[in-house]
Amino acid sequence: MTKRRTIRIILAGAGLFALTAGILQGGYRDTLIKAIHICMECIGIG
Amino acid sequence: MDKQRIKPNFRRRCIQAVSALLYNANLPGFAEGSIYKGKSKGVCVPGLNCYSCPGAVASCPLGALQNALSNLPNKLPLYIAGFILLAGTALGRVVCGFLCPFGLIQELLHKIPTPKLKKNRWTRRLSRLKYVILAVFAVAMPLWYAFAMGMPVPAFCKYICPAGTLEGGFFLVGMREEYRALAGALFRWKTVLCAMILGACIFVYRGFCRFLCPLGAIYSMFSRIALLAVRVDKKLCNSCGLCEKACPMDIRQVGDHECIHCGHCASVCPKNAIYFGRERKS
Repeated sequence: MTKRRTIRIILAGAGLFALTAGILQGGYRDTLIKAIHICMECIGIG
Repeated sequence: MDKQRIKPNFRRRCIQAVSALLYNANLPGFAEGSIYKGKSKGVCVPGLNCYSCPGAVASCPLGALQNALSNLPNKLPLYIAGFILLAGTALGRVVCGFLCPFGLIQELLHKIPTPKLKKNRWTRRLSRLKYVILAVFAVAMPLWYAFAMGMPVPAFCKYICPAGTLEGGFFLVGMREEYRALAGALFRWKTVLCAMILGACIFVYRGFCRFLCPLGAIYSMFSRIALLAVRVDKKLCNSCGLCEKACPMDIRQVGDHECIHCGHCASVCPKNAIYFGRERKS
Protein backbone atom coordinates (compact mmCIF):
# COMPACT_ATOMS: atom_id res chain seq x y z
CA MET A 1 0.00 0.00 0.00
CA THR A 2 2.71 2.47 0.99
CA LYS A 3 4.80 1.50 -2.03
CA ARG A 4 1.82 2.11 -4.31
CA ARG A 5 1.24 5.51 -2.74
CA THR A 6 4.89 6.43 -3.13
CA ILE A 7 4.85 5.51 -6.83
CA ARG A 8 1.65 7.52 -7.28
CA ILE A 9 3.18 10.60 -5.65
CA ILE A 10 6.38 10.29 -7.71
CA LEU A 11 4.43 9.91 -10.97
CA ALA A 12 2.06 12.77 -10.15
CA GLY A 13 5.05 14.96 -9.29
CA ALA A 14 6.78 13.99 -12.53
CA GLY A 15 3.55 14.75 -14.39
CA LEU A 16 3.23 18.16 -12.80
CA PHE A 17 6.87 18.92 -13.58
CA ALA A 18 6.52 17.74 -17.19
CA LEU A 19 3.30 19.70 -17.65
CA THR A 20 4.88 22.91 -16.33
CA ALA A 21 8.04 22.39 -18.39
CA GLY A 22 5.84 21.62 -21.41
CA ILE A 23 3.88 24.85 -21.02
CA LEU A 24 7.12 26.85 -20.71
CA GLN A 25 8.47 25.03 -23.77
CA GLY A 26 5.43 26.00 -25.86
CA GLY A 27 3.49 22.72 -25.68
CA TYR A 28 0.22 24.48 -24.86
CA ARG A 29 0.61 26.75 -27.88
CA ASP A 30 1.47 23.82 -30.18
CA THR A 31 -1.62 21.91 -29.02
CA LEU A 32 -3.78 25.02 -29.45
CA ILE A 33 -2.50 25.69 -32.98
CA LYS A 34 -3.17 22.09 -34.02
CA ALA A 35 -6.63 22.04 -32.41
CA ILE A 36 -8.00 25.32 -33.80
CA HIS A 37 -7.44 24.15 -37.36
CA ILE A 38 -9.57 21.38 -38.78
CA CYS A 39 -7.50 18.17 -38.68
CA MET A 40 -7.94 16.73 -42.16
CA GLU A 41 -6.53 13.35 -41.11
CA CYS A 42 -8.97 13.10 -38.19
CA ILE A 43 -12.05 13.71 -40.32
CA GLY A 44 -10.80 11.35 -43.03
CA ILE A 45 -9.74 13.73 -45.79
CA GLY A 46 -6.02 14.44 -45.41
CA MET B 1 -20.09 1.64 3.98
CA ASP B 2 -23.50 2.41 2.46
CA LYS B 3 -22.50 5.97 1.72
CA GLN B 4 -19.58 4.77 -0.35
CA ARG B 5 -21.49 2.04 -2.15
CA ILE B 6 -22.02 2.80 -5.76
CA LYS B 7 -25.52 3.84 -6.72
CA PRO B 8 -26.84 2.03 -9.79
CA ASN B 9 -25.88 3.09 -13.26
CA PHE B 10 -27.94 6.31 -13.29
CA ARG B 11 -25.38 8.51 -11.54
CA ARG B 12 -22.61 7.31 -13.84
CA ARG B 13 -24.78 7.89 -16.89
CA CYS B 14 -25.43 11.47 -15.71
CA ILE B 15 -21.68 12.09 -15.29
CA GLN B 16 -21.03 10.63 -18.76
CA ALA B 17 -23.71 12.86 -20.31
CA VAL B 18 -22.52 16.00 -18.52
CA SER B 19 -18.89 15.39 -19.47
CA ALA B 20 -19.87 14.76 -23.11
CA LEU B 21 -21.77 18.07 -23.09
CA LEU B 22 -18.93 19.95 -21.42
CA TYR B 23 -16.38 18.55 -23.90
CA ASN B 24 -18.68 19.62 -26.75
CA ALA B 25 -20.13 22.85 -25.39
CA ASN B 26 -19.71 24.74 -28.67
CA LEU B 27 -23.19 23.78 -29.83
CA PRO B 28 -23.46 26.50 -32.54
CA GLY B 29 -20.53 24.77 -34.28
CA PHE B 30 -22.82 21.87 -35.22
CA ALA B 31 -25.22 24.23 -36.99
CA GLU B 32 -22.49 26.29 -38.64
CA GLY B 33 -20.22 23.39 -39.68
CA SER B 34 -17.20 25.10 -38.11
CA ILE B 35 -14.93 24.29 -35.18
CA TYR B 36 -14.26 26.24 -31.98
CA LYS B 37 -11.09 28.35 -32.03
CA GLY B 38 -10.89 29.59 -28.42
CA LYS B 39 -7.91 29.29 -26.08
CA SER B 40 -9.38 26.35 -24.17
CA LYS B 41 -8.47 24.22 -27.17
CA GLY B 42 -4.88 24.23 -25.94
CA VAL B 43 -6.02 22.16 -22.94
CA CYS B 44 -6.73 18.43 -23.23
CA VAL B 45 -9.78 16.64 -21.87
CA PRO B 46 -9.10 13.21 -20.36
CA GLY B 47 -11.44 11.25 -22.68
CA LEU B 48 -11.39 10.47 -26.39
CA ASN B 49 -13.09 13.43 -28.08
CA CYS B 50 -11.94 14.62 -31.49
CA TYR B 51 -10.76 18.24 -31.55
CA SER B 52 -12.19 18.55 -35.04
CA CYS B 53 -15.67 17.89 -33.72
CA PRO B 54 -17.65 21.12 -34.30
CA GLY B 55 -18.67 21.11 -30.64
CA ALA B 56 -15.25 20.41 -29.10
CA VAL B 57 -13.95 23.15 -26.80
CA ALA B 58 -10.76 21.30 -25.83
CA SER B 59 -8.23 18.89 -27.31
CA CYS B 60 -8.14 15.12 -27.57
CA PRO B 61 -5.16 13.75 -25.60
CA LEU B 62 -4.50 11.05 -28.19
CA GLY B 63 -4.46 13.52 -31.08
CA ALA B 64 -2.26 15.86 -29.04
CA LEU B 65 0.10 12.98 -28.21
CA GLN B 66 0.55 12.01 -31.87
CA ASN B 67 1.00 15.65 -32.81
CA ALA B 68 3.65 16.06 -30.09
CA LEU B 69 5.45 12.89 -31.23
CA SER B 70 5.51 14.31 -34.74
CA ASN B 71 7.35 17.32 -33.29
CA LEU B 72 9.86 15.12 -31.47
CA PRO B 73 12.80 15.97 -33.75
CA ASN B 74 12.45 19.57 -32.48
CA LYS B 75 10.80 19.32 -29.08
CA LEU B 76 10.16 16.77 -26.29
CA PRO B 77 6.44 15.99 -25.79
CA LEU B 78 6.51 17.20 -22.18
CA TYR B 79 3.15 18.97 -22.12
CA ILE B 80 1.07 15.99 -23.19
CA ALA B 81 3.24 13.52 -21.26
CA GLY B 82 2.64 15.58 -18.12
CA PHE B 83 -1.10 15.69 -18.76
CA ILE B 84 -1.30 11.92 -19.29
CA LEU B 85 0.76 11.21 -16.16
CA LEU B 86 -1.51 13.43 -14.06
CA ALA B 87 -4.76 12.09 -15.52
CA GLY B 88 -3.47 8.51 -15.24
CA THR B 89 -2.34 8.74 -11.62
CA ALA B 90 -5.50 10.57 -10.52
CA LEU B 91 -8.14 8.72 -12.53
CA GLY B 92 -6.72 5.82 -14.57
CA ARG B 93 -9.49 4.02 -16.44
CA VAL B 94 -12.15 5.84 -14.42
CA VAL B 95 -11.86 8.15 -17.45
CA CYS B 96 -13.13 5.31 -19.67
CA GLY B 97 -16.05 4.53 -17.40
CA PHE B 98 -17.16 8.06 -16.56
CA LEU B 99 -15.54 10.71 -18.74
CA CYS B 100 -15.38 9.39 -22.31
CA PRO B 101 -18.12 10.50 -24.75
CA PHE B 102 -17.29 7.70 -27.16
CA GLY B 103 -17.69 5.19 -24.33
CA LEU B 104 -21.16 6.63 -23.69
CA ILE B 105 -22.09 6.26 -27.38
CA GLN B 106 -20.99 2.61 -27.30
CA GLU B 107 -22.97 1.88 -24.14
CA LEU B 108 -26.11 3.44 -25.61
CA LEU B 109 -25.70 1.37 -28.79
CA HIS B 110 -25.35 -1.75 -26.68
CA LYS B 111 -28.78 -1.04 -25.19
CA ILE B 112 -30.40 -1.88 -28.56
CA PRO B 113 -32.15 -5.18 -27.83
CA THR B 114 -30.32 -7.89 -29.79
CA PRO B 115 -28.47 -11.08 -28.82
CA LYS B 116 -25.18 -10.09 -27.13
CA LEU B 117 -21.74 -11.64 -27.37
CA LYS B 118 -20.54 -12.49 -23.87
CA LYS B 119 -16.91 -12.24 -22.85
CA ASN B 120 -14.86 -15.37 -23.35
CA ARG B 121 -11.24 -16.41 -23.79
CA TRP B 122 -11.22 -15.00 -27.35
CA THR B 123 -12.40 -11.57 -26.28
CA ARG B 124 -9.75 -11.68 -23.53
CA ARG B 125 -7.09 -12.37 -26.14
CA LEU B 126 -8.47 -9.70 -28.45
CA SER B 127 -8.29 -7.14 -25.63
CA ARG B 128 -4.50 -7.15 -26.07
CA LEU B 129 -4.91 -5.72 -29.56
CA LYS B 130 -5.31 -2.20 -28.17
CA TYR B 131 -1.70 -2.27 -26.94
CA VAL B 132 -0.52 -3.19 -30.45
CA ILE B 133 -2.58 -0.33 -31.90
CA LEU B 134 -1.12 2.05 -29.32
CA ALA B 135 2.44 0.98 -30.14
CA VAL B 136 2.03 0.91 -33.93
CA PHE B 137 -0.52 3.59 -34.87
CA ALA B 138 -0.28 6.08 -32.00
CA VAL B 139 3.48 5.95 -31.37
CA ALA B 140 5.62 4.17 -34.00
CA MET B 141 3.96 5.47 -37.16
CA PRO B 142 3.86 9.16 -36.14
CA LEU B 143 7.52 8.83 -35.12
CA TRP B 144 8.44 7.11 -38.39
CA TYR B 145 6.69 9.74 -40.48
CA ALA B 146 8.35 12.51 -38.44
CA PHE B 147 11.90 11.15 -38.60
CA ALA B 148 11.90 9.44 -42.01
CA MET B 149 9.59 11.69 -43.99
CA GLY B 150 9.70 14.90 -41.98
CA MET B 151 5.93 15.23 -41.92
CA PRO B 152 3.35 15.06 -39.10
CA VAL B 153 0.94 12.15 -39.52
CA PRO B 154 -1.38 11.21 -36.63
CA ALA B 155 -1.73 7.65 -37.93
CA PHE B 156 -4.35 6.45 -35.45
CA CYS B 157 -6.57 9.47 -36.17
CA LYS B 158 -5.99 9.14 -39.89
CA TYR B 159 -6.58 5.42 -40.39
CA ILE B 160 -8.66 4.19 -37.46
CA CYS B 161 -10.26 6.66 -35.05
CA PRO B 162 -14.05 6.27 -35.33
CA ALA B 163 -14.59 9.20 -32.93
CA GLY B 164 -13.02 11.60 -35.44
CA THR B 165 -15.16 10.22 -38.26
CA LEU B 166 -18.37 10.25 -36.24
CA GLU B 167 -17.92 13.50 -34.31
CA GLY B 168 -16.00 15.51 -36.90
CA GLY B 169 -15.99 13.87 -40.32
CA PHE B 170 -19.70 13.28 -40.84
CA PHE B 171 -20.66 16.78 -39.67
CA LEU B 172 -17.98 18.72 -41.53
CA VAL B 173 -18.05 16.70 -44.76
CA GLY B 174 -21.84 16.68 -44.68
CA MET B 175 -22.16 20.42 -44.16
CA ARG B 176 -19.29 21.87 -46.19
CA GLU B 177 -19.13 21.55 -49.93
CA GLU B 178 -15.34 22.07 -50.10
CA TYR B 179 -14.74 19.05 -47.83
CA ARG B 180 -17.27 16.93 -49.68
CA ALA B 181 -15.29 17.54 -52.85
CA LEU B 182 -12.10 16.35 -51.13
CA ALA B 183 -13.57 13.20 -49.56
CA GLY B 184 -12.09 10.16 -51.30
CA ALA B 185 -10.88 6.64 -50.58
CA LEU B 186 -9.64 7.50 -47.08
CA PHE B 187 -13.01 8.95 -46.08
CA ARG B 188 -14.78 5.89 -47.48
CA TRP B 189 -12.43 3.60 -45.51
CA LYS B 190 -13.01 5.55 -42.30
CA THR B 191 -16.76 5.57 -42.85
CA VAL B 192 -16.86 1.79 -43.37
CA LEU B 193 -14.61 1.20 -40.34
CA CYS B 194 -16.66 3.56 -38.17
CA ALA B 195 -19.89 1.82 -39.23
CA MET B 196 -18.35 -1.59 -38.49
CA ILE B 197 -17.15 -0.52 -35.05
CA LEU B 198 -20.44 1.12 -34.10
CA GLY B 199 -22.36 -1.85 -35.51
CA ALA B 200 -20.22 -4.27 -33.51
CA CYS B 201 -20.89 -2.28 -30.33
CA ILE B 202 -24.58 -3.19 -30.59
CA PHE B 203 -23.61 -6.83 -30.02
CA VAL B 204 -20.33 -6.48 -28.08
CA TYR B 205 -20.20 -4.35 -24.93
CA ARG B 206 -17.80 -1.43 -25.55
CA GLY B 207 -16.09 -3.24 -28.42
CA PHE B 208 -13.92 -0.27 -29.31
CA CYS B 209 -12.74 0.35 -25.72
CA ARG B 210 -11.99 -3.30 -25.10
CA PHE B 211 -10.16 -4.16 -28.29
CA LEU B 212 -8.99 -1.03 -30.09
CA CYS B 213 -8.71 2.13 -27.97
CA PRO B 214 -5.08 3.24 -27.45
CA LEU B 215 -6.14 5.83 -24.87
CA GLY B 216 -7.70 3.08 -22.78
CA ALA B 217 -4.45 1.13 -23.23
CA ILE B 218 -2.48 4.09 -21.85
CA TYR B 219 -4.79 4.57 -18.86
CA SER B 220 -4.80 0.83 -18.15
CA MET B 221 -1.09 1.08 -17.33
CA PHE B 222 -2.07 3.21 -14.32
CA SER B 223 -4.64 0.73 -12.99
CA ARG B 224 -2.53 -0.33 -10.00
CA ILE B 225 -1.72 3.15 -8.81
CA ALA B 226 -4.64 5.40 -9.81
CA LEU B 227 -6.06 7.39 -6.90
CA LEU B 228 -9.71 6.83 -7.79
CA ALA B 229 -10.83 3.30 -8.54
CA VAL B 230 -13.28 0.56 -7.73
CA ARG B 231 -11.71 -1.43 -4.90
CA VAL B 232 -12.38 -4.59 -2.97
CA ASP B 233 -12.40 -4.65 0.82
CA LYS B 234 -10.37 -7.83 1.36
CA LYS B 235 -11.77 -8.25 4.87
CA LEU B 236 -15.32 -8.53 3.55
CA CYS B 237 -14.67 -10.38 0.27
CA ASN B 238 -15.47 -14.11 0.31
CA SER B 239 -14.01 -14.71 -3.19
CA CYS B 240 -17.34 -15.89 -4.61
CA GLY B 241 -16.38 -14.60 -8.07
CA LEU B 242 -19.79 -13.05 -8.79
CA CYS B 243 -18.18 -9.67 -9.51
CA GLU B 244 -15.95 -11.06 -12.22
CA LYS B 245 -18.81 -13.03 -13.80
CA ALA B 246 -21.14 -10.02 -13.82
CA CYS B 247 -18.58 -7.65 -15.33
CA PRO B 248 -19.05 -7.13 -19.08
CA MET B 249 -15.38 -6.16 -19.54
CA ASP B 250 -12.55 -8.69 -19.88
CA ILE B 251 -11.39 -8.43 -16.28
CA ARG B 252 -9.68 -11.14 -14.29
CA GLN B 253 -10.27 -9.30 -11.02
CA VAL B 254 -12.02 -6.11 -9.97
CA GLY B 255 -9.84 -3.05 -10.57
CA ASP B 256 -7.36 -4.68 -12.96
CA HIS B 257 -6.15 -3.14 -16.23
CA GLU B 258 -9.34 -4.05 -18.11
CA CYS B 259 -11.65 -2.61 -15.43
CA ILE B 260 -13.32 0.71 -16.34
CA HIS B 261 -14.55 1.19 -12.76
CA CYS B 262 -18.21 1.42 -13.79
CA GLY B 263 -19.26 -0.13 -10.49
CA HIS B 264 -21.58 -2.76 -11.95
CA CYS B 265 -19.80 -5.35 -9.81
CA ALA B 266 -20.72 -3.50 -6.61
CA SER B 267 -24.41 -4.03 -7.30
CA VAL B 268 -23.99 -7.81 -7.45
CA CYS B 269 -21.61 -8.25 -4.51
CA PRO B 270 -23.47 -10.10 -1.75
CA LYS B 271 -21.01 -8.89 0.89
CA ASN B 272 -20.94 -5.19 -0.05
CA ALA B 273 -17.19 -5.58 -0.31
CA ILE B 274 -16.77 -3.38 -3.39
CA TYR B 275 -16.53 0.37 -3.05
CA PHE B 276 -15.44 3.35 -5.13
CA GLY B 277 -12.75 5.78 -4.06
CA ARG B 278 -9.32 5.82 -2.44
CA GLU B 279 -7.86 2.85 -0.57
CA ARG B 280 -9.09 2.41 2.95
CA LYS B 281 -6.52 2.39 5.71
CA SER B 282 -6.12 -1.18 6.90
